[in-house]
Amino acid sequence: MINKLDAALSFHQNALRVRGQRQELIAANIANADTPHYKARDLDFNAAMKNAMAGASNKEAFNTSKTSPNHIDGKPSSIGGDALFRPVIQGSVDGNTVDMDVERNQFADNAIRYEASIIMINGQLKKMLSAIQGQ
Amino acid sequence: MSLFNVFNISGSAMSAQAQRLNTVASNLANADSATSANGTPYKSKQVVFSAIPSKSADASGVKVTKVVEDNSPPRMLYDPKHPLANDKGYVSMPNVNVTEEMVNMISASRAYQNNVETMNAAKTMLMKTLSIGQS
Repeated sequence: MINKLDAALSFHQNALRVRGQRQELIAANIANADTPHYKARDLDFNAAMKNAMAGASNKEAFNTSKTSPNHIDGKPSSIGGDALFRPVIQGSVDGNTVDMDVERNQFADNAIRYEASIIMINGQLKKMLSAIQGQ
Repeated sequence: MSLFNVFNISGSAMSAQAQRLNTVASNLANADSATSANGTPYKSKQVVFSAIPSKSADASGVKVTKVVEDNSPPRMLYDPKHPLANDKGYVSMPNVNVTEEMVNMISASRAYQNNVETMNAAKTMLMKTLSIGQS
């Protein structure tokens, strides 16, 4: 029973985690807008989401192969997968590839989608509550 | 929780930009300081930003790694009555470029505002997350 509730919420839970990670990356891009040689990074959301969904059901997905029992379990660097580098549209002389318009756009977009996931979760919880209470 | 890390990242960028604004203020204030503690005219100072790793592997914060002095030659001002004038009547004035510093100031201020907005957005998202399942 409980794991069914868990499964019902797990999609948006994973979505929130990946969105949160992406928000962090974009915040880092905005923070480093004036740092020489900084390269803007972002997630491939599609792949990251697939990774996160696979990771939720399969713990082994994060582990590297071990040839000795003394090897320590690998720890995932991030939930969704590795961050990629954003393609350069207009490079600058100092080697920085942050385009503030793109970053602001993506930041707002990601925040809205994060809140959309929260609204979805709230809706599901309400649905379950009304089913439990039978009113 | 990656969203909390946004506070660290944006906070590091805000303090770095504040330090940049400080050097701009120092440069503008000393634009006419013909002498200083070591007897030479004031030299324009510039901060060097660098990306530093944060808690997350991919997202990085900002730090001012060093403050460099501009070693370009001083501005020569013809003023024979000045006590520091050389035998040809020229005074060495600081190599501060006021126009450049004003542009630098606007850029630092805008970057600071960007980071404040990033932080506010992360705060709103966290508050919405906290209210999941309420109401």
